[in-house]
Amino acid sequence: MMRSLLFIPGNLPNMIQNAYLFDADAIIFDLEDAVLPSEKDNARNLIREFLSKNSNKKNTLNFIRINEVGGEFYKDDLELIVSDNIDAIVLPKANVSSVQTLERALSNIEKSKELQKMIHIIPIIEQATSILQVDQIASLPRVIGLILGGEDLTKDVEVKRTSEGNELLYSRSRIIMACAAYKITSIDTPYTDVYDDSGFEKDTLNAAALGMKAKCAIHPRHIEFINQAFSPTKEEIEHAYKVVEAKKNAELEGKGSFTVDGKMVDKPVVERAINVIEKAKKFNLVKDDEE
Amino acid sequence: MKNSLGRFVPAEHKPFFSSDDYKDDSRKCVSKKTKSKKVEFFSSYAEAFDYFNLKSGMTFSFHHHLRSGDGVINEVAKVIQEKKLKDIHIAPSSIFESYTELVPCIEGGNITLIHTSYMNGPVSTVVQKGLLQGELVMQTHGGRARSIESGELHIDVAFLATPTVDKLGNGYGAFGKSACGVLGYAISDLEYADKVILVTDNLVDALDQIHFSKNFVDAVIVVDKIGNPEGIVSGTTKITRDPVGLKIAKDTSILLDKLGLIKNGFSMQTGAGGTSLAVVDYVRSLMKKKNIKGRFASGGITSYYVKMLEEGLFENLYDVQCFDLDAVQSVQKNSNHIAISASKYGNPFEDSPICEQLDFVILGATEIDLDFNVNVTTDSFGRIIGGSGGHSDIAHGAFCTVIVSQLIKSRLPIIKEEVQTISTPGENVDVFVCERGIAINPIRKDLLELLAKKKIPTLTMKQLLDEAHSITGIPNKIPRSSKRIGLVEYRDGSIIDSLYQVESNV
Repeated sequence: MMRSLLFIPGNLPNMIQNAYLFDADAIIFDLEDAVLPSEKDNARNLIREFLSKNSNKKNTLNFIRINEVGGEFYKDDLELIVSDNIDAIVLPKANVSSVQTLERALSNIEKSKELQKMIHIIPIIEQATSILQVDQIASLPRVIGLILGGEDLTKDVEVKRTSEGNELLYSRSRIIMACAAYKITSIDTPYTDVYDDSGFEKDTLNAAALGMKAKCAIHPRHIEFINQAFSPTKEEIEHAYKVVEAKKNAELEGKGSFTVDGKMVDKPVVERAINVIEKAKKFNLVKDDEE
Repeated sequence: MKNSLGRFVPAEHKPFFSSDDYKDDSRKCVSKKTKSKKVEFFSSYAEAFDYFNLKSGMTFSFHHHLRSGDGVINEVAKVIQEKKLKDIHIAPSSIFESYTELVPCIEGGNITLIHTSYMNGPVSTVVQKGLLQGELVMQTHGGRARSIESGELHIDVAFLATPTVDKLGNGYGAFGKSACGVLGYAISDLEYADKVILVTDNLVDALDQIHFSKNFVDAVIVVDKIGNPEGIVSGTTKITRDPVGLKIAKDTSILLDKLGLIKNGFSMQTGAGGTSLAVVDYVRSLMKKKNIKGRFASGGITSYYVKMLEEGLFENLYDVQCFDLDAVQSVQKNSNHIAISASKYGNPFEDSPICEQLDFVILGATEIDLDFNVNVTTDSFGRIIGGSGGHSDIAHGAFCTVIVSQLIKSRLPIIKEEVQTISTPGENVDVFVCERGIAINPIRKDLLELLAKKKIPTLTMKQLLDEAHSITGIPNKIPRSSKRIGLVEYRDGSIIDSLYQVESNV
């Protein structure tokens, strides 16, 4: 379960050392676009060294965006970076075939390195062909979420990115449905104009309203708003507790149906309330009394 | 001899004992100057030097309201060289990197003694090499005012850059082509210097508002320009965009709120740095959200405070220095934007100086140590890069003094076992906020109890130091040279630390 994923360039030690400061639910240490070819080695070493000392310090998920499958850096990325200190590989330009290739590679590395945990995969859907394969990609083993890669995708589709985001409506919707169907996390594309606050907020709220469950960020100042936008509100949490409490009482009284605030409560409403409470607990949104 | 903080003090000076030590003393003031002659007008510095027979061994003072754009101190330095004056003692309220003409004067022995409150650039470079024949004394803004009024720092001639002067000799800072706003640092110089010479590039028939009264002015030098407007005030001062700075600012504002310091009638001061401005912005949002009206903000004033005054969030601004153009314009038009002197701001012997009325203040540091002592004078190598300015004055006065800084700067932890130079004593520093946590000075049990009650986590300074060392490793200790080049004078005139020569290969 996550709401915010912060990209951190893998070759910048000053940014790496501050990666956990901003309350992002996951960090994506980047070995791909943010890192020049001449810096790839250095970046792998920096990330590996940092995670070996810090990965357990915070309750944050550690993901690595590697270079694309089949490219010149892919194998070295996996060989040097996969360890028990990471939670998932973020795979750029993903399609069914590349995810399957990565899946096999991870199985082999886990065995050879005798890892204690399974490394997950988060494909980035950033090509038109990947959108057409999205249901299948979502169903593959190890895949725990899909990231919409808005910049590359709009380039592929030859459409301009706008703050309204209509050009991404279809892609967002496809990803949301595929993720919902396979119970994995739909993750929205980052908003790249880091100083256009109103555009960013509009874009984030739009993604959340459509059904995205999380969003990437390329700047730490976006994290707080993303966390807010993808968290249940105080009112939703209060209502969820009311529903769960009412359900308990109804069961004790042997009632099959019951109401909360004058509205009939059925199974989906109860399930939704349980989800809201789980999320609220996970993200420390259930407040103890301060005093 | 060592002072109470363990720092060396030469035998002829009074060692620092505690920040409240001055309370056992009474205010000492020499008489303010009286003058009967009319104001003389000159068209060159040399004419004024000749007229007043300015000679070797004298003390000349200056203010720094024109900041990096100041042309007056450089022009005076040129005349000192031309006239081959020796052993001149200068007492500018600050020295900036553009004051380059002082360098040959120091190297040539024309200037041999300096009193100031802040110093950086090439002048600090030559001083820390040990090229100043006499001593450098770093004061606080309030301490400078105290030392002038007490006669401890006797000024023979004050050369006061003045953006507009009228034909009677009154001066004003907030308009003219070199407008800088208020002139608060120069008021003690005006009132107590033997001779006061205003230097202006805007002579007008009459002034409605004045900062300098002709009653203290002996002469006016009218020149083409007293400075470079681009260096005088920033066009705009800006909130940091650095995410770490923003996090520190946000955590600070939450802390202030939890401590109950943002309440009706409160007062505050911050610096004009990007992180401090971000704190101001967060405080502004909180005040609006909670419908809170503060009593005043003080210190160096920026557009952010001007906006808050105009929005009715503060009753008054007490301004000793304008940092940007909005502040300069505001002081002209808004009667609640009040100019104050450095003495009213921070002189320990003033009746209720502004610094003593502050609920909280946000300050920076180049180093802070396990005892909360703060260094804003030198870097970790001992090179002079600043000075207290008003740091020690307001740290002493405010109910809650908060130091904000990144834990690691240029790969070095800001926290040290012991700071290289003590500018402000730890007994006056209450809170340290960095991106990795908040430390409260153990002597502030009240704050610790309140935060524990509010479930705000705090760390000890040692825990933060260990965290920093886990990232950077433990830095090598920087050896200190044995050659002393100056003193850090606390606001009460006692010596809180000494300054040492820094080898050129550092």
